[in-house]
Amino acid sequence: MAQVALRPARTYAYRLALPGAVLAVIAVAVAAPGLLTGTDPLAADPLHALEAPSGAHWFGTDHLGRDVFSRVVHGARHSLSIGVAATGLAAAAGVLLGLAAGLAPKWLDEVLARSFDVLATFPELLLALLVIAITGPGTANVIFAIGIAQIPSLARVVRAQTFVVRRAGYVEQAVTFGLPGPALVFRHVLPNVLGPVLVLATIVLAQSIIAASALSFLGMGPQPPAPEWGAMLSEARNYMRVAWWQAVFPAAAVAVTVVSLTAAGRVLRYRFEGRDA
Amino acid sequence: MSAISAGGSGAAGGAPVAAGRTPPARPAPPLPATGGRPGRARGLLRAVARRIGSGIVVIWAAATTAYLALLAAPGDTVDILIGDGPDTPEIRASIIREWGLDRPEIVQYLSYLGRLLQGDLGRSYRLQRSVGDILAEGLGPSLRLAVAAAATAITLAVLIALLTAGRGPWARRAVSGLELLAVSVPTFVIGIVLLSVFSFSLGWFPVSGDEGPASLVLPALTLALPAAGVLGQVLREGLEKALEQPFATTARARGLTERALVARHALRHAMLPGATLVGWFVAQLITQAIITEAVFGRPGIGRVVLQAVTGGDMPVVMAVVILSAVVFVTVSTVLDLLYRVIDPRLRSS
Repeated sequence: MAQVALRPARTYAYRLALPGAVLAVIAVAVAAPGLLTGTDPLAADPLHALEAPSGAHWFGTDHLGRDVFSRVVHGARHSLSIGVAATGLAAAAGVLLGLAAGLAPKWLDEVLARSFDVLATFPELLLALLVIAITGPGTANVIFAIGIAQIPSLARVVRAQTFVVRRAGYVEQAVTFGLPGPALVFRHVLPNVLGPVLVLATIVLAQSIIAASALSFLGMGPQPPAPEWGAMLSEARNYMRVAWWQAVFPAAAVAVTVVSLTAAGRVLRYRFEGRDA
Repeated sequence: MSAISAGGSGAAGGAPVAAGRTPPARPAPPLPATGGRPGRARGLLRAVARRIGSGIVVIWAAATTAYLALLAAPGDTVDILIGDGPDTPEIRASIIREWGLDRPEIVQYLSYLGRLLQGDLGRSYRLQRSVGDILAEGLGPSLRLAVAAAATAITLAVLIALLTAGRGPWARRAVSGLELLAVSVPTFVIGIVLLSVFSFSLGWFPVSGDEGPASLVLPALTLALPAAGVLGQVLREGLEKALEQPFATTARARGLTERALVARHALRHAMLPGATLVGWFVAQLITQAIITEAVFGRPGIGRVVLQAVTGGDMPVVMAVVILSAVVFVTVSTVLDLLYRVIDPRLRSS
């Protein structure tokens, strides 16, 4: 038994090593971009526009002569903060609605559960665009839009988990001994529901970052000159014939971030729930 | 999921008792000489009716969500419906008349649903045209792109599955790595990379627009690659599972070659889990087409949506939400019927 338990643990650590290391570097870029680059991401230098990667400019320069490496590093904060904020919003609302459905009387649960199911069938990006059509573009609106679009899938998981926890022995015992409702929810139900939510949140975060960069790419997120990865790609499109580096490095940054997050999320999910992919 | 839920309905109608997952293990129930066909048809009809019922609920929910979004928006509904369009008293009056904005809210909602039922998707006040016409115009290029992408994705996925199934852990790791990339790399990144390699560096394909089949290659590939990665992984797993089952052993014992076994038996088993993904794939197609059409400067529904969202053209955005629900429902209904073609075990129940 002990052997069986040991081997997977080592496998998880091994499978988490690479995505973990990449995410650590990205975290540094978010928290303290100055540690990775001393160049100002907004400093234009038209005389050195569209220069190929070199010792002075590792990722080359863009159409205004700005250092692409510095913009990619500083872009981490812009790109990821939208994803993180949207995921936080979705997780908070998802937990609230999921708990409500899981603990509500049957008819209310039925109504809530059906609406989660139906909303979850809509493509998230389309829901987000519906919100942006009303609110208009902008960073805060993109956060709001992506957050709302992610709520149904999270609420579904919370609801399902609430059902499991509700029927658990320790909850029934607490009910038997007369624990008041709110205390029961906060002491027993909520903590046991949060585990799967945190695991799912990793995946949702990855999807939110994709959505955020896609919306920015479409011109609905942070406006230029902010160094957001999607917005940088959108600008770079016009110069691709002469300067591939202006597009390829921000593109790689998004891809590497999301791949690492998804990989880490899957390992966590496998670790805590024993199911793959 | 729905195939299973549909399964329980037929037995009450006097149809032959369903054979389970492993037919030979059970004593076969005596088959009534005449009951087979009509019972089967009735089961099918019931399954179709049930699907259509739930499909209507989904479409109604889409219409209602779009309507609630319109109501929830801050500000005057007339202003929101006009968006960036010309703002004259006549247009305002016609909006109020068309949407029934001077009547009680429940009447407004019902008149909105009533217009939808008649196929009237409303008017774009920005473009001064009917939304139905605008969408119909974009539908052609988008449909071409979607069909090309779907064909490419399925071909690639089947190739991936056939080439890697039963080839040991390395093939498994390679395919699951591919799948990880497929779900993680944003569509616009794939599109930009393909553009920079095949259009800008090699000059094989046009950079943008919609002129001839050559302009379709890269956009279709952009949409197909992520789907092929996911679908390939699922097909491969299904194929490996099928090749381990008793029927595969029997077929091998009968002297069937491995290739014939895959082609005639195993692939069909692998298709069922693959088919459940098609619903997901279609939902993906609709949204990813918005991005792909933007990357490649193609006309189509995606461009219509994008212009509507940036211009605040609510009637168009609402119509697209409903359209996507209709597409989703149609595809999943067709799929449910397809399960029965793929897996005869689902037919008799």
